[in-house]
Amino acid sequence: MRNRAAVHAWLMLLPALVLLVGFTHWPAVSTLFDSFHSTPRGGRPAVWVGLENYQVMASDPVFWKAVRNNLIFASATIPASIGLALLMALWVNERIAGRAFLRMAYFTPTVLPMIAVANIWLFFYTPQYGLLEQITGALGLPSHNWLGSPSTALGAVTVVAIWKEAGFFMIFYLAALQTLNPSLREAAAIEGASRWYFFRRVQWPLLMPTTLFVLVNAFINAFRMVDHLFVMTRGGPDNASILLLYHLYEVGFSFWDTAYASAITVVLVVVLAGIALFQFFVLDKRVHYK
Amino acid sequence: MKSEPRRLVYNEPTWLDTLAAWLLALLWVLPLVYAFWTAFHPAEYSTRFDLTAPLGIDNFRRAWAAAPFARYFFNTTVLVVMILAVQLVLGTLAAYAFARYRFPGRNVAFALVLVQLMIMPDILVVENYKTMARLGLVDTLLAIGLPYFASAFAIFLLRQTFLGIPKELDEAARVEGASAMQVLWRVYVPLAKPVYTAFALVSVSFHWNNFLWPLIVTNSPNARPLTVGLQVFSSVDQGVDWSIITAATIMTSAPLLVAFLLFQRQFVQSFMRAGIK
Repeated sequence: MRNRAAVHAWLMLLPALVLLVGFTHWPAVSTLFDSFHSTPRGGRPAVWVGLENYQVMASDPVFWKAVRNNLIFASATIPASIGLALLMALWVNERIAGRAFLRMAYFTPTVLPMIAVANIWLFFYTPQYGLLEQITGALGLPSHNWLGSPSTALGAVTVVAIWKEAGFFMIFYLAALQTLNPSLREAAAIEGASRWYFFRRVQWPLLMPTTLFVLVNAFINAFRMVDHLFVMTRGGPDNASILLLYHLYEVGFSFWDTAYASAITVVLVVVLAGIALFQFFVLDKRVHYK
Repeated sequence: MKSEPRRLVYNEPTWLDTLAAWLLALLWVLPLVYAFWTAFHPAEYSTRFDLTAPLGIDNFRRAWAAAPFARYFFNTTVLVVMILAVQLVLGTLAAYAFARYRFPGRNVAFALVLVQLMIMPDILVVENYKTMARLGLVDTLLAIGLPYFASAFAIFLLRQTFLGIPKELDEAARVEGASAMQVLWRVYVPLAKPVYTAFALVSVSFHWNNFLWPLIVTNSPNARPLTVGLQVFSSVDQGVDWSIITAATIMTSAPLLVAFLLFQRQFVQSFMRAGIK
């Protein structure tokens, strides 16, 4: 009886597990394997090259540029989108005029494909014709090619990412705010606590699990979100806006250096696994108000 | 009595909040409104804001004719439905096994499932491409969908839901002589309906919008989904006609956008439900 149940269970698991192993575990392991081999070209099969791909990586200026850019991108999008999300949620949670419209306005970018978003913003940023130029022109500011100059390209694509993400994170804050006990607010009112004090001492600590959940997601997205680069800058000008995953795409599918691309994949997997393990072992243990 | 109005006013947004909230909202919709303006007006008005400018859907007609958008729409629809259907079936079976069976290797198997939550198929594109090439599936819809068929997220979400369903219901049905599959289908699935809706909305919007993997694994209009089609269409550098590109952009996002505007509440609740776990 017991054995039959186990067989049943495994049969139910089997299709999902086979696919998971085939398209997650196996590729993860063979990525590592391939990163120690050369790229097979023409008739030459892959041979063991040890750490050569990683040495290439260490001396690849574009890789380091991508790492640097990705860190900047992460450190700008994460706090900005979370901060805005919190602000939006706090507003929309109250009886504010036009609440439904506000909520819709904040959330709409989330349902759009990133490619569509990038098209819209590309037009927004276009020199001379774009809306941004028209606004700055009307204010008497000089014309500027936002996506075309190395100094502003990364900033311009970062803004797009924040615009896309903030409304998404707002939803989680909103959900959490709605579960807070209304008597907390009444108590604060009776005590005469200021609004800021109420937020800092009551709402913010109670929102901590949400903040951490959102934080982990924002971190992952900072390393995964590259679709807009394909439309807006192609990583340029002169790699000014290149991010890791985009570099991986270029190496793997423009230059077809799959061995080196595997090495870059390993780096990305390590980053993502690191985030996940940090969440699992540090955050989940520390913060629980539930 | 006196404290009553004060309590109502307490922590209510001030006019300053309202102003700031509206400014941010307007800033947020500005790029969208601009895109709509451009798409619905003739090209010469795309940067001239004149309320008397003639409205029309000419840009949409021309965009539709300029690229195989009908095919792209078909591909994306088939893709999204296929992925969702397989995810739900496989996810339900696996979740039921994890939630209601004790068997050797359960914890290891569950840990293996959770791995996908951190290492998503989006990152493993190089190896997955090789696999698709080996299977001869490059440039097919099946290749786009395969890495996503087994969704750790679906399994996890449904397992949590199934665990919350009282075991007595299960046992009562078994006493009546129902088989495991009948119990799953008659008891668990109906009770988990809101979670299925939530997962469906999240999955559909994710795969409708997914780009990188479909871009890599397709190379002809035969299997290209909308996002890739749109990118190919708008990156052709022959005299960029912004009004047409914008029309195409809006066209490709329209189904999700309309669905969102119609079912806002469900969308928002689904994303909440899926996120909270």
